[in-house]
Amino acid sequence: MPFIPHTKEDIDAMLAVIGVASIDELFDEIPPALRSAGLKHVPSGMNEMEITRLMHERAERDGRRLNFIGAGAYEHHIPAAVWQIATRGEFYSAYTPYQAEASQGTLQLLYEYQSMMASLTAMDVANASLYDGASALAEAVLMAVRLHKTSRRVLMPATIHPAYRKVVHALVRDQNIELVTVPYCARRGHTIPNALESYQGGDYAALVVPQPNFFGVLEPVDELTAWAKANGMLVVAVVNPVSLALLQPPGVWAGGGADIVVGEGQPLGVPLASGGPYFGFMACRKAHVRQMPGRIVGATVDRDGKPGYTLTLQAREQHIRRSKATSNICTNQGLAVTAATIYMALVGADGLADVARASHANACRLAQALAKLPGVSRAFSGPVFHEFVVQLTEPVESVLRSLKAQGILGGFALTRDYPELGDALLVCATETKCDDDLMRYADGLQRILGSCVVAASSALQSSTI
Amino acid sequence: MLIFDLSQPGRRNLSQAPRAAAEPDPDAIPADFLRQSRPVLPEVSELDAVRHYTNLSRKNYSIDTQFYPLGSCTMKYNPRACNYLAMLPQFLARHPSAPSDTGQGFLACMYELQEMLKDVTGMAGVSLAPMAGAQGEFAGVAMIRAYHSARGDNARTEILVPNAAHGTNPASAVMCGYTAREIHTDSEGNVDLAALRAVVGPHTAGLMLTNPSTLGVFERAIMEIREIVHAAGGLLYYDGANLNAILGKVKPGDMGFDVIHMNLHKTFSTPHGGGGPGAGPVGVATRLLPYLPLPVVVQKDDAYRLQDEQDLPHSIGRLSAHAGNAGVLLRAYIYAKLLGREGMQRVAEFATLNANYLMIQLKRAGYTLAFPARRASHEFIITLKDLKDKTGVTAMDVAKRLLDKGFHAPTTYFPLLVPECLLIEPTETESRQTLDAFVQAMKEILAEAHHSPDVLKSAPHTTPVRRLDDVKAARELNLTWKPAA
Repeated sequence: MPFIPHTKEDIDAMLAVIGVASIDELFDEIPPALRSAGLKHVPSGMNEMEITRLMHERAERDGRRLNFIGAGAYEHHIPAAVWQIATRGEFYSAYTPYQAEASQGTLQLLYEYQSMMASLTAMDVANASLYDGASALAEAVLMAVRLHKTSRRVLMPATIHPAYRKVVHALVRDQNIELVTVPYCARRGHTIPNALESYQGGDYAALVVPQPNFFGVLEPVDELTAWAKANGMLVVAVVNPVSLALLQPPGVWAGGGADIVVGEGQPLGVPLASGGPYFGFMACRKAHVRQMPGRIVGATVDRDGKPGYTLTLQAREQHIRRSKATSNICTNQGLAVTAATIYMALVGADGLADVARASHANACRLAQALAKLPGVSRAFSGPVFHEFVVQLTEPVESVLRSLKAQGILGGFALTRDYPELGDALLVCATETKCDDDLMRYADGLQRILGSCVVAASSALQSSTI
Repeated sequence: MLIFDLSQPGRRNLSQAPRAAAEPDPDAIPADFLRQSRPVLPEVSELDAVRHYTNLSRKNYSIDTQFYPLGSCTMKYNPRACNYLAMLPQFLARHPSAPSDTGQGFLACMYELQEMLKDVTGMAGVSLAPMAGAQGEFAGVAMIRAYHSARGDNARTEILVPNAAHGTNPASAVMCGYTAREIHTDSEGNVDLAALRAVVGPHTAGLMLTNPSTLGVFERAIMEIREIVHAAGGLLYYDGANLNAILGKVKPGDMGFDVIHMNLHKTFSTPHGGGGPGAGPVGVATRLLPYLPLPVVVQKDDAYRLQDEQDLPHSIGRLSAHAGNAGVLLRAYIYAKLLGREGMQRVAEFATLNANYLMIQLKRAGYTLAFPARRASHEFIITLKDLKDKTGVTAMDVAKRLLDKGFHAPTTYFPLLVPECLLIEPTETESRQTLDAFVQAMKEILAEAHHSPDVLKSAPHTTPVRRLDDVKAARELNLTWKPAA
């Protein structure tokens, strides 16, 4: 029987000990009328060989393409060691480290992870993870409202990932919290500090500041942070962790820094995998740690004075505080965090900066090459990290379909979320792209747009001089 | 030894570094955006990192290394095929925003999983979106709220929760803007029907119930409970934490539940991963179909796609930036295919056989059952109150001593209403021989409690660290390593 070790002798002996004639008798407390008539839509079981064949067929059907989509999930190189170690049974098949003495591996790893994330964000403390970047932002909004005490309104720039804004809305709307959208500069592609003046005196709990924003553009984070602080708001930063190797960390924005930092941890060694499992990270000031949701690991000593690690500040959590907990979260994204910790240890600060720099350089080279094509223009003039927006003279969906026919996923269409931008496309290039990849994209797009004034590959080459 | 202690300035893993561009960056980031201070990440060799984390892993107890009878968590064997096949390169490489025609193989798995979960729960529709049980609870309660408010029934402000429930239940109710009211449990472990009748009414939005309950027994009066709640206009929520006990035997839909979440990391054996990730799909009765969280997978003309806001305009919305914990769902799908319909029923049968066998053996060994007149479901509770009164040995002492004997401890001090309790769930994947070895260890511990209680009070003795100072951890918060100044 699949995954059931019992022999006939075992079953007979066990039934005799219990004092029943059959396994069925063990269900005698269930009202007979409720007993199931069987499973009609569950097929018969497969053996491992059969399911292996099926899954290989399905994987091959999906195939692989040259990917230039980012939009919140980023393709980076993942060292082989990351998942080989993360999927060791001792990490993979352990549970939440409630029994600390039997879980020092997971606990110490989480302490190291918290230290790395606190340093990367330049904040005091980090938790042991939330579900993903979007739900982490929702938790940050709730936390900011708890900390602010008087206001339940939060300013959300339109340059925040549209899916994040939808998730925040879904997760906080029943708690009487108002999300107010802040417009962006149509020319530069980031939030306009001057435009914030219309919100002055409006009593808001927090301003959310994305860096880079959904368009890949860098926000004027110092000005936005300073304005929010001057107006009595908390600052919630939403950041890409790889970018932090290059960019000012939120802990120092405008000198005093953000109050809560969240983001999607996927770029740190977690595969794209159709959307998950990823992990959300959250960091904050030490003074606010008792309002932070999620598990937190602390260092302590054992009865012999030996250093060890344990879950701490559990009085914030649902299993202790129940309806008064900071969040309902229990299970988090431990294994993805295990991978991210190993990833950060393998690449180090210099390696992460190299990844960030190479991604930025590739995105900028591709942006220049594409912008030289007839029928393509850059949407925004603001500086970018590793993503950029182009506007096309042809319908973006049909261009993407044609690129796909060439084996290229050309980017994320913005027509639905930002119709005011016309046929706009968000394009990402990370360190995983080589010159040939960039050229293939530029050449492919040129063919589709049906003009050949300048050969695209020569456009790329001239852009690299 | 922390990874930071291994760090040597300037040590790099150049095989992991991207090739430096031949030309300078054409569009350099303006200086005022650039980071001034270097983040403190380890500077170690690949071997250092591999050795460090391999050695750290060995300080964990896990299913792959120990019997792990952690009640309420369903720590069954996680078949390796599920992990191996979910990590095929094409599955890992697919971007979540890639068009659906580039993911038909993946989406076929998701659709079939959805259909299988509909069948095993007896519900009209399923969404795979929630990323954990607690998020499934949130989604379920949010759908209850959406249902009432679509009918203009806005007087319903209260969610009822048995006092034995998981802490996530009341916490989820509050996240949806409700107040949580607790219902008393009687001495047999059932919801107190008189107490329930006394509090239901026009302010009742719904009742959240785990069945079998967290006390390890089947709620025998479920049909009366259903009548009481539905008659008052409330909806019935099934917390699927213990679905393993009835998989293929009883369908929550047949018990009259309107909404359910499942914990795939329990019943469908996806790995617990040191705390996650899980997956908490929700199933609903017909009247809640319009409110399912996005995305839902649909099939038309042999093609699969994800539904969005235009398809389901009344949806409670999105719970994650993409499509939930896809890789966890893929593992659950593979597991479900390996079990098949016969295998699913066997899960409940052998989980129940193991629990009842272990319960009887521990009773024979001298332990006190919390509900001696009841059958165990897939788990059961022993209470050590008498032992503590006689010897001073607590449930926590017994739990810690089990670690010395090579077993992970059962769940301790939950549910809160049974004093000095251990909640024990052996799961179906453990053999009689393993259960017997556990019983032997528990016998030895009981003898030690009477003859040498200090051995228990000072346990564990053989783990990488001994009992930790939790008070110091909370009072002198040290949550991050910082380099010496």
